[in-house]
Amino acid sequence: MTTPDDRKYSEEHEWALVEGSVITVGITRYATDSLGDIVFVELPENGTEVTQFDKFGEIESVKAVSDLFTPVGGKIVEVNSGVIDMPEKVNEDPYTVGWLVKIEVSDQSQLDKLMDATAYDNLTAE
Amino acid sequence: MNVPVPGEIDRRLLNERSVPGRIGLQMPGLDVPEQPLPDAGLLRSQEARLPEVSQPEVVRYFTALSRMNFSVDTNFYPLGSCTMKYNPRVNEELAFLPGMAGIHPHQPDETVQGALQLIWELQSDLGEITGLPGVCLGPLAGAQGEYSGLMIARAYFADRGDTGRTVALIPDSAHGTNPASAAMAGLEVVTVPSDAQGNVDVEALRGLVDQRTCVFMLTLPSTLGLFEPNILEITGIVHQAGGLIYADGANLNALLGIVKLGDLGFDIAHSNLHKTFSTPHGGGGPGAGPVLVSDELAPFLPTPLVTRDGDTYRLTAPERSIGRVNGFHGSFGVLVRAYAYIRAVGVEGMRQVAENAIINANYIRVALSDEFGGDADRICMHECVFSPQAQKAKGVSALDISKRLIDYGIHPPTMYFPLIVPEALMVEPTETETKDTLDRFIAVMRQINREIDEDPDLLHDAPHDAPNTRLDEAGAARNPYLRWQPDEDSQAAD
Repeated sequence: MTTPDDRKYSEEHEWALVEGSVITVGITRYATDSLGDIVFVELPENGTEVTQFDKFGEIESVKAVSDLFTPVGGKIVEVNSGVIDMPEKVNEDPYTVGWLVKIEVSDQSQLDKLMDATAYDNLTAE
Repeated sequence: MNVPVPGEIDRRLLNERSVPGRIGLQMPGLDVPEQPLPDAGLLRSQEARLPEVSQPEVVRYFTALSRMNFSVDTNFYPLGSCTMKYNPRVNEELAFLPGMAGIHPHQPDETVQGALQLIWELQSDLGEITGLPGVCLGPLAGAQGEYSGLMIARAYFADRGDTGRTVALIPDSAHGTNPASAAMAGLEVVTVPSDAQGNVDVEALRGLVDQRTCVFMLTLPSTLGLFEPNILEITGIVHQAGGLIYADGANLNALLGIVKLGDLGFDIAHSNLHKTFSTPHGGGGPGAGPVLVSDELAPFLPTPLVTRDGDTYRLTAPERSIGRVNGFHGSFGVLVRAYAYIRAVGVEGMRQVAENAIINANYIRVALSDEFGGDADRICMHECVFSPQAQKAKGVSALDISKRLIDYGIHPPTMYFPLIVPEALMVEPTETETKDTLDRFIAVMRQINREIDEDPDLLHDAPHDAPNTRLDEAGAARNPYLRWQPDEDSQAAD
């Protein structure tokens, strides 16, 4: 699967897709391939304030439990209850049905600290 | 009745085989005066739902289960970090002697002097082996030993009024129990990165220690099976910052008789008797994870300890003890086995155990590194880690390789751990395996590597001949089915 070029990426293998003042966040295909079958996703509640690059949740696969680090800071305005009920959705397509949270962002300049798809592909090709 | 299928295993649980009224044992008639229960409210309102089966059904059921076991008594079991060594049979016999198995923990001390002497001598032996003379045999498993050790560290600093030490530093290669125990003990976990060689990143550690450092938890040899070349510098850095150093003793087998943890600067450790000291392991019975500390920390050990006063042995409480970690004195039967092992191996043999464990691991490492992405150059300790990324690129994972090993009668290595190694396969042969067994393992691994090119589905679908073939691990985790439930009709009657 190709890395979508409509969004930005963090070194911790999360993506951020801008839709107005709200940014949708998820993990990358590289991350799901490394993790294997995901069996549990723990996400914060609506309204939680998160800081860019801080831990905001956990994701558990048959291999290991990993921390989730948010690529942008702000207020969580929506949580994907679909992946909490059916974590396999993250494996199915981490870029669409497998999104994790939506974050309301006041400062869009945070996105400058993230990579575009080409730079992210270079990082994971290493 | 279903149509019989040749070779089919009857997978029904004992509860599912139950037939109302079937009886396995005729109880003798009452030959003493009947007494009412003191409190009738304690009586069940209806009968317990126990399986109603005959004696031969029970015997066959459990015998069939035991034959499905994959154990160190039936197969080579190179499960990294678990030290699945042979459990000498004579130790079982000793643990079942009436004086060992038939005593009660509430008996007066003077009636169990032999048992107390055994505990005292085992405390002394473990103190001598590790160089950490304060020993409590109470903790029932490695993780409980960790928790006890961390509570000792907290009590030590509290006693000094140094209450700001709330951070546990833990390498990114650590066993998962380390951060779990630290969190349980109320400490904040901070991860210490490894360097490119898999050692502790000493400069990073230097930047992370400060007046908040309570303890640095380090596994030695590391989970990569490597000895930390900078260990003295590491313990120095932590001590200089006023912190304590904890040794996760899971890999102690590699150090026996060669180096003592105390001499390297460690303050606290635990030892898994079911790994290093040959007691049965892994679902096969209780474990034991004694906690070991320096003289300075000994007053904080859990209670009870056994002390000697002339020729008399007593259960005593250290003066500033963190308290009890279990009801009685630990898994006494396990302690007997570990004691017997240490006495049988002796001082000279102890070093030989470690050396042979190291030689066996290196023999496998050298033979398989080129094909399976191991480190062909650096000498390892008691275990070696492979990273079959070339195989992964061909569509075969570490999981597939592990499952295929079962078809050859070999227990899979530890896989996907340490977390810092992609596709990790961690192989620990232990010292109790012969060269023949190691050679067969190497030949099997090479054959599996050929199968990847010739017929990769042999791996994808493995194991083929085990009682259960490929398990749906993700399905089991997503929809856990944890215990048998009676069907709904009979449940409604409850």
